[in-house]
Amino acid sequence: MAEAIDYSIFVTTSDEGVSQMSLAVDGIDCAACIAEIETGIMALPGVVQARLNYSTHRLAVAWRPESSPDAVVRRLEDLGYRAHPFVGEAEASEAAHARWLLRCLGVAGFAAMNIMLLSISVWSGNVSDITPETRDFFHWISALIALPAAAYAGQPFFRSALRAIRTGSLNMDVPISIGVVLALGMSVVETALSQHHAYFDSAIMLLFFLLAGRYLDYEARRRTRALAGNIATLRGQMAHRIDADGMPVLVPVQALKADDLILVAAGERVGADGVVISGRSAVDESLITGETLPRPLEQGAVVYAGSLNGDGALTIKVTAGGESTLVDDVQRLLDGALAAKSGYVRLADRVARRYAPVVHLTALIAALGWLAVGASVHHAVMIAVAVLIITCPCALALAVPAVQVTATGRLFRAGLLVNAGDMLERLAKVDTVVFDKTGTLTLPDLALAVPPDADPALVGLAGRLALSSRHPLAKAVAGRASGGPVDGVPEVPGSGVSALVDGVEARLGSLAFCGAVLPADLPPTDSVMAVRHGARVLVMGVAQALRPDAVTVVRELTARGLDIRILSGDREAAVAPVARALGIAVAGAGLKPAEKIAALDALKGEGRCVLMVGDGLNDAPALAAAHVSLSPVTGAAVTQAQADAVFLGRRLAPVLAAVDGSRVAARLMRQNLALAVLYNVIAVPLAVAGLVTPLVAALAMSGSSILVTVNALRAARPTREDEVADATPAREAVA
Amino acid sequence: MNVLVYLVPLALMLGGLGLVAFLWSLKSGQYEDLEGAAVRVLSDDDLPETPSDGRAADRSRERVK
Repeated sequence: MAEAIDYSIFVTTSDEGVSQMSLAVDGIDCAACIAEIETGIMALPGVVQARLNYSTHRLAVAWRPESSPDAVVRRLEDLGYRAHPFVGEAEASEAAHARWLLRCLGVAGFAAMNIMLLSISVWSGNVSDITPETRDFFHWISALIALPAAAYAGQPFFRSALRAIRTGSLNMDVPISIGVVLALGMSVVETALSQHHAYFDSAIMLLFFLLAGRYLDYEARRRTRALAGNIATLRGQMAHRIDADGMPVLVPVQALKADDLILVAAGERVGADGVVISGRSAVDESLITGETLPRPLEQGAVVYAGSLNGDGALTIKVTAGGESTLVDDVQRLLDGALAAKSGYVRLADRVARRYAPVVHLTALIAALGWLAVGASVHHAVMIAVAVLIITCPCALALAVPAVQVTATGRLFRAGLLVNAGDMLERLAKVDTVVFDKTGTLTLPDLALAVPPDADPALVGLAGRLALSSRHPLAKAVAGRASGGPVDGVPEVPGSGVSALVDGVEARLGSLAFCGAVLPADLPPTDSVMAVRHGARVLVMGVAQALRPDAVTVVRELTARGLDIRILSGDREAAVAPVARALGIAVAGAGLKPAEKIAALDALKGEGRCVLMVGDGLNDAPALAAAHVSLSPVTGAAVTQAQADAVFLGRRLAPVLAAVDGSRVAARLMRQNLALAVLYNVIAVPLAVAGLVTPLVAALAMSGSSILVTVNALRAARPTREDEVADATPAREAVA
Repeated sequence: MNVLVYLVPLALMLGGLGLVAFLWSLKSGQYEDLEGAAVRVLSDDDLPETPSDGRAADRSRERVK
């Protein structure tokens, strides 16, 4: 790109004149790239800092006024890397949250180790010859470590528990918080009374295990989100803005404001919603509405961001988000669908709602029972607290996150970026899958359909001519080029290109332009184009092709007992052949966003759980309304934000992997919960009988935690299908 | 047993030193890029002939591959 690009909205400048910018970089594949990029950028005059994060593929650059963001991006391009600046406010706060969890984990780990050191001395002393003074001394030191450590490291649980109680609900953090506070409180009282047992170690160890699970869970999701963000960023949304002096400047679309004028060349994607000021063209709005037929545009017509411009240049006045009716509609439907969805309660919280009252009631009954048989009040309270500590849901609270971490990692390798934490458990319940057609079942780009008896030389020639054309359809042909572009090719707008090849005129374009007739055997849905070289004529169809493994994936999904349907915004004539090819019986066509939601609601009314897979802007409300949703990485930005997970690559296999992975994960989650319950069934009677000492509690707690974690690791074991799935889905998606 | 009076605080202090070291490493961003740290040891940027352009980096790239 020789043009200067205005990156100013991505740059922050400090008082000392040092500017900073963060870039997503594509093409980093080995360790040496780090040194190559960093030294390459540092060599630019004025650059004071360049640091590449190899895990997230982000480059942080700082420079003095002598340099410019443009120079940085250009140097990266010279080095062979594609890069695009990047704004990540949400990610900055996520990173801060991850650091906070890690800090809490560090504090809890330190405290747990030191208290355990003291506790083991006390336990062995209790059965041999420890003096009461030494024991009290050890207990007080434990208290000194445990109380501040719990106050700090327990914050993630205490806050979440308070939030839940304030909204009048229960989550897993409520019993955890109660257990920790009670264990610590009772231990302080016991220490003051110079008793044998204190539970400081149990309380802190509980926090440590839970924080470890929580941190890993959060970090796994943060990483996939960062990679998804890179892919979105690298799609490099640029637009030609016409400045006050009438000169077009290339700017990132985020820099566009209402009433800016932008120029959209033939074959370019429209960068922002707007109104056509001048120019005449047709736009392919398949990313917006799913409709594959181009829509003709005239002055005053409304266009949407993401539409693909046809063969005429357009000048567009950018409108603010609220002015275009379609986007408005989508937004309104989206809000409604989201409000309806928030009723879902996570598996762990559902368990907690039943679990907490039972546990607390058991503790109370145990205390009353001991009082009734004549025990002292002190002894009865001790029993009750022991019950609470032993039932503290360490295994229970680890059961779900541990599976989520391993299953998310496995799906990541299969090309699926999981966005929502509870997606796996929701996906496992699905019994109906609804696909959008355009861009979801079909590939986002057009494919060429050449008659089987066509002359390969003629197709190759068509490809060479197409290299010089900017028409969107030409891209599908250009891939078949048999050589470099032909010199001196004038483009006749609306007709095609022509050139002299081997002394004979060659033409590529519309049927009329090439003097060809429409053959009868071509499907009526295809766009057609013709190529003529002298007397030889060939008519080719250009249509959206199915994803390469669509047929297999749909068959496999059906084999898993799922009901497959299509809901498309495209015409009946375009939807029916796809449904036939895939063997899908129920296919709705020509649906507006509201009608898609209505169709989903009807399915929900039948008691079904629906997985919606879609990519268009028109699918966004339907994705939000569905029980769970997936979107291809090529989809519209709003749609991807709504999807519970995004899949990469040209294949549909990640959808299948997601269904399989979620079923395995849900099974393991249930197993883990069963293990946790089993542990309680054994441990609670012991606690009620008064047989639980701190040593027993510590062993039971770590034993059950390790058991559920090891069981969760089984979710990481990839199946054979995952192994053969896309080797480099991320690269494919960006290209 | 009097030995405990100073040995236990000493042990805690050593443990606390470890905690402080962890918090410092966290604050200085050492957990931001775990994979990068693992592969950065392979680069030769500490050699005397500090590369001032891309050529030296290209050499190291070949060597690593």
